[in-house]
Amino acid sequence: MDPRLVTAIEVVVGVPAVLFLYIILTEQILRPIPDRRRGTLRPWLWLAPALAFLAVFLVYPTIGTIIHSFQNSAGTKFVGLDNFVYFFTSPTTLVALKNNILWVILLTALTVGFGMLIAVLVDRVRYESVAKAVIFLPLAISMVAASVIWTFMFLYRAPGEPQTGTMNAFVGLFGVGPVPWLQVQDFSFNTILLIIVMAWMWTGFCMVIISAALKGISVELLEAARVDGANEWQVFRGIIFPLLLPTLAVVGTTVVITALKAFDIVYVMTGGNFDTQVMAQAMIQQMFVNSNFGRASAVAVVLLLTIIPVMALNIRRFQAQEAIR
Amino acid sequence: MEERTYRRSRIAAFIAAATLVAVACSSGAASPSPAASTGGTVTAAPSSGGSSAPAGSGGTGALAGQSVTVIGTWGGAEETAFRAMIAPWEAQTGAKVNYTGTRDLNTVLTTGVASGVLPDLAGLPGPGQMVQWKDSLIDLGTVLDVPTYTSETAPALVTLGTVDSKLVGVFIKTAVKGLIWYSPKTLADITTTPPATWDALQAYITANKSKATSPWCLGVESGAASGWPGTDWIEDLVLRQAGPDVYQQWYQGKVKWTDPAIKTAWTTFGDVVATSFGGSATVNATNFANAGDPLFKASPGCLFLHQASFITGLGGFKTAKSGTDYNFFQFPDINAQYTGAVEGAGDLFGMFHDTPAAKSLMAYLVTAPAQDIWVKLGGALSANKNAVDYPDDISKRSAAILTNAKIFAFDASDLMPSAMNDAFWKGIVAYIKDPSQLDSILANLDKVQTDAYAAP
Amino acid sequence: MTAAAQAVSDAQVVAKDKERKSRFGRLPLHIAIVGLMVIWLIPTIGLLINSFRPPDAVLNSGWWTAIFAPSQLSLDNYAHVLAQSNIGAQFVNSLFITIPATIIPVLVAAFAAYAFAWMSFPGRNLLFVIVVGLLVVPLQTTLIPILQLYSPKGLNIAGSFLTVWLAHTGYGLPFAIFLLRNFMGGLPKEVFESAAIDGASPVTSFLRLALPMSIPAIAALVIFQFLFVWNDLLVALVFLGSSPQNLPLTVGISNLVTSLGGGWEFLGAAAFISMALPLLVFFALQRYFVRGITGGSVKG
Repeated sequence: MDPRLVTAIEVVVGVPAVLFLYIILTEQILRPIPDRRRGTLRPWLWLAPALAFLAVFLVYPTIGTIIHSFQNSAGTKFVGLDNFVYFFTSPTTLVALKNNILWVILLTALTVGFGMLIAVLVDRVRYESVAKAVIFLPLAISMVAASVIWTFMFLYRAPGEPQTGTMNAFVGLFGVGPVPWLQVQDFSFNTILLIIVMAWMWTGFCMVIISAALKGISVELLEAARVDGANEWQVFRGIIFPLLLPTLAVVGTTVVITALKAFDIVYVMTGGNFDTQVMAQAMIQQMFVNSNFGRASAVAVVLLLTIIPVMALNIRRFQAQEAIR
Repeated sequence: MEERTYRRSRIAAFIAAATLVAVACSSGAASPSPAASTGGTVTAAPSSGGSSAPAGSGGTGALAGQSVTVIGTWGGAEETAFRAMIAPWEAQTGAKVNYTGTRDLNTVLTTGVASGVLPDLAGLPGPGQMVQWKDSLIDLGTVLDVPTYTSETAPALVTLGTVDSKLVGVFIKTAVKGLIWYSPKTLADITTTPPATWDALQAYITANKSKATSPWCLGVESGAASGWPGTDWIEDLVLRQAGPDVYQQWYQGKVKWTDPAIKTAWTTFGDVVATSFGGSATVNATNFANAGDPLFKASPGCLFLHQASFITGLGGFKTAKSGTDYNFFQFPDINAQYTGAVEGAGDLFGMFHDTPAAKSLMAYLVTAPAQDIWVKLGGALSANKNAVDYPDDISKRSAAILTNAKIFAFDASDLMPSAMNDAFWKGIVAYIKDPSQLDSILANLDKVQTDAYAAP
Repeated sequence: MTAAAQAVSDAQVVAKDKERKSRFGRLPLHIAIVGLMVIWLIPTIGLLINSFRPPDAVLNSGWWTAIFAPSQLSLDNYAHVLAQSNIGAQFVNSLFITIPATIIPVLVAAFAAYAFAWMSFPGRNLLFVIVVGLLVVPLQTTLIPILQLYSPKGLNIAGSFLTVWLAHTGYGLPFAIFLLRNFMGGLPKEVFESAAIDGASPVTSFLRLALPMSIPAIAALVIFQFLFVWNDLLVALVFLGSSPQNLPLTVGISNLVTSLGGGWEFLGAAAFISMALPLLVFFALQRYFVRGITGGSVKG
């Protein structure tokens, strides 16, 4: 038999079987242990596989990153805070930092806002599945293809030439343009356009998760409110929105982090020119082009630190959730 | 439903114990263990010449069943050409080449060098990275027949591949930069008497202004590498205005960007940008591959395009007819002192594991018969002087320029540290967008220079 | 048919009745939805149409002109992509990579999420926040240390499928745990309490209550993990690069383009070919996004 076929069978049957076996075995392991100790030990057995994966694939490399951030480009000697000083004094990285703030605010607002709006709207129509697929579609497109799509959306040709870019052809109908979209730096217009491209891709992500939560809200509850004479807006504000809040926090946090790590779109669309650079791009440039692991790690550490306020908000939310349970 | 799921998972659990081991084993078996190819340490290259015989003397099937992993940036038509190039070697030795093309070569090799998991042979992004990876690269002195290689290759290319008197990089193909392309349909007279000097070219442009919308075509968009066609312009100008010595000191970081010699090149380039088809927004928005398309229009958009020899395989050139739709002349001299200066570039190749098959393939790739295969397919010039099987007059002439060059200069931006190179690209884009910022752009490049050339 | 599914169809009947009653008042709703769909589709339709056109036509006229001159359209780009010698094997590789790299993190995350949501232990919130905080680790910073671990001097598994399964599990876990813990934490306490009183062990509660009740969240998670792994280029290239015969579809697709950017016209066709399977997964899992599958259990 083809060894690949063997692999395939083992993969589909074996892998889930092993995992279920593990969790069933935990109770067997705990059985001989006295009741009180059992309760303390059990959560760790359930967490063990996840913590092991996280330790190896994320924590261990991150410790290395933190050490590297205090070292020179080749990691041969310690240079104190030099890499951080470079980060906070270089004009290009400061622009990147400013752009990332815009990314976080605008991308989160657009994707969570539209994601919730669409999830709530399509919940009421029969063609929900098709409508959701349409919004989800851009997420299934690879980054390479997305860059081709948007290159043709923003395409600029010399004035007087036929405009083959969708946006310039459109504004041309009104006698405007052509506009070199990605070169317009005023009010960070080009960065905003890049954020819109990313929002086009990620709204589907928010929509799918919000939609899953929406389906968990009991029908009886909504019907009861409607019977009591509440209009749709009141139902949304009074029942749906509060129940969606924890989920909105999850997608919001995820999108904030996505915005902090945004890289591909900028890299392929503008290469970071015209003041569109972002932090993750600076990091990858330092790491894989300049081979300066020290500076690359410093950017990564700054990224890690920016997450602290977001996490603090999450802690408070969990404590609130615990309290009402 | 839940009851059944529960029971099923229980039954599955018993199968699991057996498969756990099997999965781990067979997933290794499905892919030949990398130990075979990466086991050998890269530090000590065996000096026994016995196993390094070039292909051809090895006999049929000498390496049957062995394979060589190769990674490079070539995709699409280039990959087809490379595969055609290695086909005779595969047929003769019985070995197999596992080629992967990727535009993330930098990432793959940076992580590879840092962790020791590397392909047998690899295209190298540029001379700068090659120097950084010198300890992981194998000394080709033990792999190639060095006297033959040096006699068949331009000395400048041999020097470029040598680090610490160790030959670690060879060129598989080359390109000549600084060619000026035009359409003979628009400019019939220029083919016989191309302008010999920059001033003559300017006079010619003034006389023939009415034949096209603008004198020059220019497009510098190239994704993350946007700006590089402009760096070629600056390099050609520095080479001919200030000469090869300044050129060398400049890429070595010994001449400042704010130096008058370099700044003059930028302002000359600024004049070209100012007279380019569509103006600066078009220049920054147009992909370099399609920059020359206005040459071929019924009412031409421009008279000239400055680009390397490989443009014949791209954009409007691909469908146009060589000789009738397009032709070229060499970048004219500016300072008579430096007559005959030529800028070139090329694709570097290096070796990370000296397995017998890898050695045999490397030895084969630098030979004239191998390089002739690619050259014949078009779009590339050979690195081996004896590979001259060019498909048309245009490529024959570009190759001749390279061989007859009195002063040969390799692409300066490729020779700069990558941080400098990247800042150079971005500087070009910023300058095209707003030429009035030249002083601050050059001052910033000076800052990057101080930083990028400093010892780690 | 189970009780849960019956409840679903009952709920749908109720919803449909209501829908019929107020059809005319709902016109603005339909306009809004269709409008959003059109805005979202236009860029993709542009690529779809261009994927059937030759490169000259794409450069010299907008995609919309093809609607009036369909003679431009041809299957040449698709034929070129499908004619790539490796594409079949790469498709299978993509499946080998994606299926385990989806199943493992979802299950492992489900265990952890259940522990975080329904077991109490000291430092629970802090540990959870650290786990979620790991979302921010840029995966590029992990490549070198992990490749070192996989190298012949370490585990010596570089190039095998196992490397990407494990890595994608690690990378996918923070989000998976975050999402599932949040969903499981919202399940009603009474259900678990009464199960415990009936003598059910945590394993039973997990398998028979928590897991089935979290199906919408699990379905969403499966969709995303599948998608991210399916579209991943970097991780596969770095960890499988030493065994090119194991590389997935994304590597083959990016290789259609030359180092100078020639051949971009094939990217559109390639994108639609590689998108087909993730979309199928999306449609297949859509049916789990149905109201009532949790038995109307989330309390208000």
